[in-house]
Amino acid sequence: MDVSLLLIILLVGAIATFLSGDKWASKTALAFSLAAFGVSVFLLNLFNSGKNVGFLMPWVKTPSIYIALNLDGLSMALVLLTTALTPLIIFSSFGNKYAKSKNFYALIMFMVFAMVGTFLSADGFVYYIFWELALIPIYFIGLLWGNGNIQSRRKAVVKFFIYTFAGSLFMLVSFIYLYLRVGSFLINDLVQADLSPREQFWIFLGFFIAYAIKIPLIPFHTWQAKVYQKAPAVGTMLLSGIMLKMALYSIIRWQLPIAPAVAKEFMYYFVGLSVAGVIYGSIVALKQKDLKKLLAYSSLAHVGLIAAGTYTLTLDGLRGAVLQMLAHGFGVVGLFFAADIISRRYNTTKIVEMGGIRIQTPVFTSMFLILVLASVALPGTFNFIGEFELLYSLAQRNIWVAALAGTTIILGAFYMLRMFQKVMLGDKNEKPFADVNFNEGFTMVIIIAVLLFFGLYPKPIIDLITPSLEQILAVINRI
Amino acid sequence: MYTLIAIAGLGVLCLIAEIFNGRKAIVPITIVGLLAILGLTATGFNDSADTYNNMIVFDKFATTFSCLFIILTVFLIALTPSFHAKQLQKISDFVSIKLFLLTGAVAMVAFGNLSMFFLGIEILSIALYVLAASDRLSLKSNEAGMKYFLMGAFASGFILFGIALIYGATGSFDMATITEAGSSADVEDWFYIGAILLSIGMLFKVAAAPFHFWAPDVYEGSPALTTALMSTLAKVVAMAAFFKLVGAMNVNLPSSSSTVIIVISILSMSIGNIMALRQTNVKRMLAFSGISHAGFMLMTLLAVTTSAGVLLYYTSAYAFAGIAAFSVVLYVTKDKDNEDIFNFNGLGKTSPLLAGILTCSLLSMAGIPIFSGFFAKVFLFGQMLSAGHVTLVIIAVINSIISVGYYFKLILAMYTKDATEEVRPVPFVYHAVATAAIALNIAIGLFPSILLGLLS
Repeated sequence: MDVSLLLIILLVGAIATFLSGDKWASKTALAFSLAAFGVSVFLLNLFNSGKNVGFLMPWVKTPSIYIALNLDGLSMALVLLTTALTPLIIFSSFGNKYAKSKNFYALIMFMVFAMVGTFLSADGFVYYIFWELALIPIYFIGLLWGNGNIQSRRKAVVKFFIYTFAGSLFMLVSFIYLYLRVGSFLINDLVQADLSPREQFWIFLGFFIAYAIKIPLIPFHTWQAKVYQKAPAVGTMLLSGIMLKMALYSIIRWQLPIAPAVAKEFMYYFVGLSVAGVIYGSIVALKQKDLKKLLAYSSLAHVGLIAAGTYTLTLDGLRGAVLQMLAHGFGVVGLFFAADIISRRYNTTKIVEMGGIRIQTPVFTSMFLILVLASVALPGTFNFIGEFELLYSLAQRNIWVAALAGTTIILGAFYMLRMFQKVMLGDKNEKPFADVNFNEGFTMVIIIAVLLFFGLYPKPIIDLITPSLEQILAVINRI
Repeated sequence: MYTLIAIAGLGVLCLIAEIFNGRKAIVPITIVGLLAILGLTATGFNDSADTYNNMIVFDKFATTFSCLFIILTVFLIALTPSFHAKQLQKISDFVSIKLFLLTGAVAMVAFGNLSMFFLGIEILSIALYVLAASDRLSLKSNEAGMKYFLMGAFASGFILFGIALIYGATGSFDMATITEAGSSADVEDWFYIGAILLSIGMLFKVAAAPFHFWAPDVYEGSPALTTALMSTLAKVVAMAAFFKLVGAMNVNLPSSSSTVIIVISILSMSIGNIMALRQTNVKRMLAFSGISHAGFMLMTLLAVTTSAGVLLYYTSAYAFAGIAAFSVVLYVTKDKDNEDIFNFNGLGKTSPLLAGILTCSLLSMAGIPIFSGFFAKVFLFGQMLSAGHVTLVIIAVINSIISVGYYFKLILAMYTKDATEEVRPVPFVYHAVATAAIALNIAIGLFPSILLGLLS
């Protein structure tokens, strides 16, 4: 048994969902995503017992392309994140009705297939194909099932597509150039390429455009808030919870090992740009009047910090980045789900029209509060572990950068708690707020449980990812 | 050689069938006949043969491209009866003209002698002039035919003049002799002038900027099926023939010629894409998109000794996507007096399968994986980077991004706007051709080695 099984299950799941018809589509998708989760847990066991579960098959002879899937601790962590979040995301959507749900859920499954493929690929070309494939489903999900009027939605989603597509093409050129130099797309061969600093610079830049748009870092972030706002809840969760981790993961997996000299020489530019995103996101979040947009900008700040951590090239930075990717993945999905629960009842995402929810539903309020506190990295939550390591790694490089980045916690606490106050507290709202039903509560409880459990006991994950990060770091430091 | 004779014979057979009142049998017989010829041609892949004193040379290049042309013609002929449903009494004309066109096409890639090449290009062009003007009661179609004829005649003049000058410089029409005589250092100056004139004629035929002005008008005015033929088959034929010509004369062309090709390629890509953004008529849009694709294909001329496989791959990917797209366009614009984008509104609801296929073919043209258009671009960029044309590749990449803009305009219209009219039944053959073409497109995307390996 190897990792290809996971991809096959997801692809078959997408087809089966499409064939199962509108009535059964959501349940089929849930079943297959649970199966995928089961398989990835099983793979985790195999991996921990030291078995090689990689997959290698030649695909095209000239140029030589392999379908190469590799599983190390880093990939495993992100595959687990993806396959664990997928059932949650699908389950969370049971409360909404989607027209043509067979297409909707099939697209979700297909997107998850592509994202898992991205995390597993060890061949640059196949990696690129998966990377691009993930884009098409989310385009249609945002376009056809999103919120708001079609005009503005179309504008937002098309902008998103063109931005990310443009970025990826530059990455593709980098890959082709690398191939011509090395004669292979396999990561293990690519990192051994003997590239001059000038070549490395351009290759690094090609990758950087693709990732900076996807993460997004400023000044490439302009697509983000609109898309998060316009996409359906599921789309937003997939985007913020998993898809942007593709880019963060790719920095660690591809960009840094292939062009380490540039990463070292220009480290402060990249760290600076990322930290600028942190501050910018936090400040803009202060001014937001729309709940989903506020969460989008807070997400911008958090991923900026993660990117800054990766560019420090320290073990703490990389590890903190991966930990925070997982924590942020769960946290942001929880928050967007909470926003969706509110908008299901109030039919709005404007903060002004909310308030007075606490008096009506103390249970939901407590859950929401925990998620908010996790998002501002309160000790005891998973986010704290990640954010602490990230800030620590920044401090190793430069204490002032760390101090600047640290403002994210202060500003974060400020806007998140103020948001909580406006959304939840206050006098009783004249509109009634039904308490969370079982489905909604169940999803929330699982997310909260994950955040708290790993907040108190992050060791399993740290043990999982550290060896592979050390290996990557050794490759980065080879020169 | 047999390919050429068999296709021409099939065309004559069509005309005879008309006399004996066998109209219904024409299309099935032609398709079966073409498939048989395809098989016959493909079996001769490994033995390269020259006949009639090198007039016709069937090498690997000629064989594979002939096969591609035959496949495309099969698709186009299959679409003919339902497209010309109101003029079924003339079906033998429509089919036989296409077959004669195919004869010209095969001659254009299998020539071993410039006179044969010129015969091929004229057979192809005259058939196209007739087809462009074939909707004889429509003013637009007449205009298109006339425009195409006048401009095409000029281009033919250029080509002929070029051939004459080359003959003057080398003393022969024979390609092998020309290649040999041209490689000597003391070749007469007018050899180059001849080559330039010949290139101008060919650039006109492939509709590359700045010789592209006829394309949008002619594409728009011609009957949609003819537009499909022009933008897929005719373009691919002209490109392959041009490639072969440049390949034969490449040895002695000065290095500045590659600068010219780069400039023309960049111009075609950019003008095609930027103008396509502004179009509201789908046929015009696809015409400009074709111009930009011509720019991409022209890049192969920069590495003419190594990139025959890439050209084959690119042209196949482009042509299959084009056939799939056009069969949807044919259905949507049937009995309409224009081809504006709003006709596609709501197609995603009224006919999900066709909308899906059109989406796939547009994604392929835009170069999105897993469709073969993506691989075509990758292989092309790879080829160009290894030849050292980094700037060209970057401009091509930027152009690919621009192209997403107008391809998506169509996709958005299909999925985000409401239909303006009730659902019409889709003739089976549109579904069949569109599905088969897009399936071929995806198949060569999944197994790129099949095509790439043929010519390397």
